[in-house]
Amino acid sequence: MNISLNITETITDLLVGFMPEGVAKIGAMVVIALIYLAIFAVAGLYLVLLERKVAAWFQLRIGPNRVGYWGLLQTMADALKLVSKELTGTEKADKFLYNLAPYFVIISSLMALSVFPFTQGFQAFDINIGVFFLIAISSIGVIGILLGGYASNNKFALIGAMRSGVQTISYELSVSLSLVTMVLITGSLQLSEIVEVQKSGWLILQGHVPAVIAFVIYMIAGTAETNRAPFDMVEAESELGAGFHTEYSGMKFAYFFLAEFINMFIIAAIATTVFFGAWLSPFGITESIPWLGVFWFLGKTFVLVFLMMWFRWTFPRLRVDQLLTLEWKYLLPLNLLNIVLMALIVWLELTIQF
Amino acid sequence: MDTNSANSNLKSEDYFINMGPQHPATHGVLRLLLTIDGEIIKKVEPDLGYIHRSIEKMCERDSYQQIVHLTDRMDYLSSHINNEAVCLTVENALQLEVSDRVKVIRTIIGELTRIASHCLWWGVMGMDVGALTTYFYGFRDREMINDIFEETCGARLTMNYNIPGGLIFDIHPNFVKRTKDFIAHFKTKLPEYDRLLTGNVIFQKRMKGVGILSKEDAISFGASGPVGRGSGYSCDVRKHHPYSAYKNVTFKESLKAEGDSLARYEVRIQEMWESMSIIEQLIDNIPEGAIKETTNAVIKLPKGEFYQKVETARGELGVYVISTGTKNPYRLKFRSPGFSNLSLLNHIAVGGKIGDLVASMATLDLVIPDIDR
Repeated sequence: MNISLNITETITDLLVGFMPEGVAKIGAMVVIALIYLAIFAVAGLYLVLLERKVAAWFQLRIGPNRVGYWGLLQTMADALKLVSKELTGTEKADKFLYNLAPYFVIISSLMALSVFPFTQGFQAFDINIGVFFLIAISSIGVIGILLGGYASNNKFALIGAMRSGVQTISYELSVSLSLVTMVLITGSLQLSEIVEVQKSGWLILQGHVPAVIAFVIYMIAGTAETNRAPFDMVEAESELGAGFHTEYSGMKFAYFFLAEFINMFIIAAIATTVFFGAWLSPFGITESIPWLGVFWFLGKTFVLVFLMMWFRWTFPRLRVDQLLTLEWKYLLPLNLLNIVLMALIVWLELTIQF
Repeated sequence: MDTNSANSNLKSEDYFINMGPQHPATHGVLRLLLTIDGEIIKKVEPDLGYIHRSIEKMCERDSYQQIVHLTDRMDYLSSHINNEAVCLTVENALQLEVSDRVKVIRTIIGELTRIASHCLWWGVMGMDVGALTTYFYGFRDREMINDIFEETCGARLTMNYNIPGGLIFDIHPNFVKRTKDFIAHFKTKLPEYDRLLTGNVIFQKRMKGVGILSKEDAISFGASGPVGRGSGYSCDVRKHHPYSAYKNVTFKESLKAEGDSLARYEVRIQEMWESMSIIEQLIDNIPEGAIKETTNAVIKLPKGEFYQKVETARGELGVYVISTGTKNPYRLKFRSPGFSNLSLLNHIAVGGKIGDLVASMATLDLVIPDIDR
């Protein structure tokens, strides 16, 4: 049974009605890509607004409230401004790499979006290596940051890019291993299967102690993956100015900026899918109305996004060597032990099933 | 070809970057020439002069009343104390005794200025180590002090409340009440500072054992204020050479022996508690008396050399006047705390990471116009 290809099939069926099948398939791909681009843009813009509002709540401020009701059009206006700005750059930059870099970042986050099961059937493509795909694709982004910092011929940007490389390579391990811990319970990398397993209890409950440890490690490493405070080495404002994107302006800067927020959403969405039952409602209270799953999925994701914003607006920044110490001396060994613990629990059938 | 000779063929250069004059961490137009090896600082060379306004030269042109206004523009965060330094110098030279009322009011406002300055420093300190929220908390409390100042003398930042011979106005009728309200408010908020930043494990790791300055070095670099006291060097001018009403109050000089960034940080937090205690001791019984002594419209200092030092929020500010008996000083030299404190930056930052440099620099609490003058 493969219920999760519904959206693709529905659109293909619709198009087949008035065009040859081969063309319809390509047409369906284009339509789906456009839908996801729209989700990408809207989600990105409103995450920026949310971040600004959350920051304001933490900082005794009101936040944007002039453009539109509750400031709802503020980020739209900001985006328009960025689109209309002149693209400036350094004279001696490596032009090809300099222009290429933002696309790596944006494509990696856009592709990662496509595999999430927003609700039953609302999933652009459901591959059997879902978790693996997510880990692989989300690490492409760092190439963009490295290239951007390297090619823009700016000393601060270069330091930022090198920090980014060292940070992402380190924390990638913790992200992957904490997800692998959870895959031990599900026995599948396919995201729809992972959701299916959670119908008898969210994985964080099924796996109890090791699952909670894995979740904590995942959130720490995930925050580091997105280069957000307290791990914002890459653009550490008080140290490097703007870091790797110092020399980018206008829309190219906006790509980096939006990608940061989408990456935050992706990290939270992976956690929702793997730990908190994706679109499944608690105790199955809205099981009969599948489209409500979207609200559950987004709701859980935004709670986690809020958690990451909470980190950002309260914690100071770590130093580079402390960042690496945390990963290689604490998180990684703990993670490996945790996998063994989880394996034992699965083997001895000590998981909690409802 | 063995590996050694292969390496010797590679050209190796130090990585050199310009931090500033426009950089978020330098809080003004300070330019640092950094020589780094990867992330490790090899040399820090401050380059000054971007906001030099020849204040000392302008003093030679101006009358003593006018000089007071120029000192506002040096260390703008403790402008009242700067004004006081010049006024005290002139009053000492003229052997003019101001009333107790003036002394007490000068002390209270001086301590409020110190709290305001430390609030701002605390906010910016947090920002330099990456905790952006502290900025707004620090500014909230500083704003209340500014409001008190505004009510009394009309200015919020560049006070000009002191004049040689006393104060320009009497305090506002609300002054006592509002100051008490502020103290009550700030007593609940200062522990919040500790909860938000001081106790944070990341912050402790960033500050502890970083940017160490020994007591000997502190003395030989001429460090003063919280920077010197963080290294265990007892250098509080209020304690050792009391002026205004500091003779009549009891307060503890906050000293820390560690000499690292955390010690300098804790000294300042401790100083805010001490300042509050000083204000509490004085606020209830401000003596009656004249608000200013009459001076000649044109003040002429007697021939000679005069020196007066005060404790600003950043350390020891000295005013050295050479007078030839005319209405202008022949030469006026400010010994500003920021300049000496900046000179030890290279000493404490070398060997650390870029992040350490920014954190240590924040604990020096530099105000660039004070350094450049």
